[in-house]
Amino acid sequence: MSSLPPGGFMAEVTANEIELGASDRGAAPSRSGAIVSRTPASLAWARFRADRKTLIGAIIVAIYVILAILAPILVAAHVLDPYTAHSDLIDSESLPTGGTGVSWAHPLGVEPGIGRDTLSRVGYGLAISLFISSVAAVLTVVIGVILGIIAGMSRSWADTLIGRLVDLVLSFPQTLMLLALSGVVVGVLTGTLKIPAGDPAQATYVIVVLAVFGWPSVTRVVRGQVLSLREREFIDAARLLGASRTRLYFTEVLPNLWAPILVQFTLILPAYVSAEAALSYLGVSINPPTPTLGNILKSSLQYAQGDFLYFIVPAFLLVLIVVSFNLLGDGLRDALDPKTNR
Amino acid sequence: MIAFAVRRTLIGIVMLLAMVLVVFVLFFAAGNPAKDVCGKFCTPEKLKQVTKVYGYDQPISQQFGLFMKGLVVGRDYPVNDAYRAALEKSNPDLVIHCAAPCLGYSQHDASTVNADIVKYAPVTISLALYSFILWIFFGVLFGVIAAVFKGKLLDRITVGVTLVVYALPTFFIGTFLLQFVAIKWRLVPYPTYVSIADGGVAGWFSSLLLPSLTLALFYMAAYVRITRAFVLESLSEDYIRTARAKGLRTRVVLFRHGLRAALTPLISLAGLDFAALLGGAVITESVFNYQGLGLLAVTSARNSDLPVLIGLVIVAGAAVIAMNIIVDVLYAYVDPRVRLR
Repeated sequence: MSSLPPGGFMAEVTANEIELGASDRGAAPSRSGAIVSRTPASLAWARFRADRKTLIGAIIVAIYVILAILAPILVAAHVLDPYTAHSDLIDSESLPTGGTGVSWAHPLGVEPGIGRDTLSRVGYGLAISLFISSVAAVLTVVIGVILGIIAGMSRSWADTLIGRLVDLVLSFPQTLMLLALSGVVVGVLTGTLKIPAGDPAQATYVIVVLAVFGWPSVTRVVRGQVLSLREREFIDAARLLGASRTRLYFTEVLPNLWAPILVQFTLILPAYVSAEAALSYLGVSINPPTPTLGNILKSSLQYAQGDFLYFIVPAFLLVLIVVSFNLLGDGLRDALDPKTNR
Repeated sequence: MIAFAVRRTLIGIVMLLAMVLVVFVLFFAAGNPAKDVCGKFCTPEKLKQVTKVYGYDQPISQQFGLFMKGLVVGRDYPVNDAYRAALEKSNPDLVIHCAAPCLGYSQHDASTVNADIVKYAPVTISLALYSFILWIFFGVLFGVIAAVFKGKLLDRITVGVTLVVYALPTFFIGTFLLQFVAIKWRLVPYPTYVSIADGGVAGWFSSLLLPSLTLALFYMAAYVRITRAFVLESLSEDYIRTARAKGLRTRVVLFRHGLRAALTPLISLAGLDFAALLGGAVITESVFNYQGLGLLAVTSARNSDLPVLIGLVIVAGAAVIAMNIIVDVLYAYVDPRVRLR
């Protein structure tokens, strides 16, 4: 496309034709020139495949997910060992011998101070961080979608109430609340709900607060989509057939929302990986010795000058996954939303 | 117009009240403030006494009523009336009056929450202002550049860099700047906060450079992308084609016609982000150990100092709600369609 879109109706049509032409090469099954009908899904898939950035993002995300699934298995099989201290590899200044401690046994070196294997800790920490973020993202999306559908479908006080609730939650200072609530909420979790103190309670805390403060953005998006869906004929038809409210909301409307839900999920997940890191920095996420990407990052800050490799590795992994997920999310949004102006 | 502003303000006040209620219930009903005040070496007798003196034995509705009264007309500490009356006779210095809007009393800091906040606010306000100017200037600048060179190498580099910067944790950027730029390479002196009263404007300015830059980089990355999207959108409008067609110079088309339309939503977004910063930059202030509201929040959370935490949340929320009203009213002033909805 040209660098400055000249605008106007004609220009848009040609741009679309060019784009369709480009995706034809990927999608059309034959070269015979026969007209092949294309569903919205196949159009989206073609757009998705033609987008190199998104594809790279998707591949990196896939690698991360596989690593995250493998890591606990490898730890259980004693291939990765995130807990054993190799004090023989730590010199008198509590830095790894030879600067980083890189060897065949420890490809990414060892952690300064204690001497645990960096690769094992990063791998296992990544698995835990991704697990926490995904559970929090799923919970966020579930709350957000349910409230979004209710707000969008009901033309009454429920819409107003949910709208006000969204405004209220959004005006809370988030970082401050996540920090301030930790003592109180962890107390309730361990006391009233009998969740074991330590890692389980901290993980639950992170998941709960991220979801409680994260759902409004999902609700806004879903409500907007539902507002246009509810005017469609199939909703009227379902109503006329006497569908119950539950059926209307979750059997008729919900399946039409998969695209925005998927996009929201892929954009929320990386935000939560970053949030977990920030919470770790503030000391309200899972604490060592159990590794998370966040608490490894926090401990690496002390050795910024002493052990640059240890300083840079967790940050690099975090940036890579956040960027990849964002690329994937943006790409999905472009591919699934035909109205996107590209 | 005035009716709109009044209505909007009333909604804001109701929101603030709802927020105060939620925060109060969250912290006081779910937490155990008496035990926090009582401290590490708490005996059952001491806990009983603390509970009584600080009024934690009263029903929560009554405590909330007292808190609201403090917000509106001020109140005196200790809370227990009989105890306070006795103290007034024996030791009047120990009775503390907290003027309206009273946000509470911190036993841990032995001062009112208001005094705490006033003490820590200057650093936070300075940081917010400084980084706001940095991120708006550079964010919009690079955003416009990226939009103008859309699809070219310059655009791709800009967008790529913003993606990475956006993904970098603030505390990592801050530590990097502190450890390498300030300590190792000595490009700037070690950052410690200097108020305008102590070091003049120049001293204040240079003392805030690194923390503000840390804070600004994240927003800058976001604003480059937002500006780019807004400018691209407005550049595809018909009036831009008209402006080009009538032979205006590219510079005029870009800044007078293109950027101007994009600027209004941008400024309202920026206003809200700025207001959110007034609640304290928790992470940046911790990295640089700058005594602002964010650091106050961190130490208060560590000490389970609930009154201060409640006060901070209310102040931060009030800033956001107030800015929301201002932005909405300004928007309605600029764009009459908003008022009519």
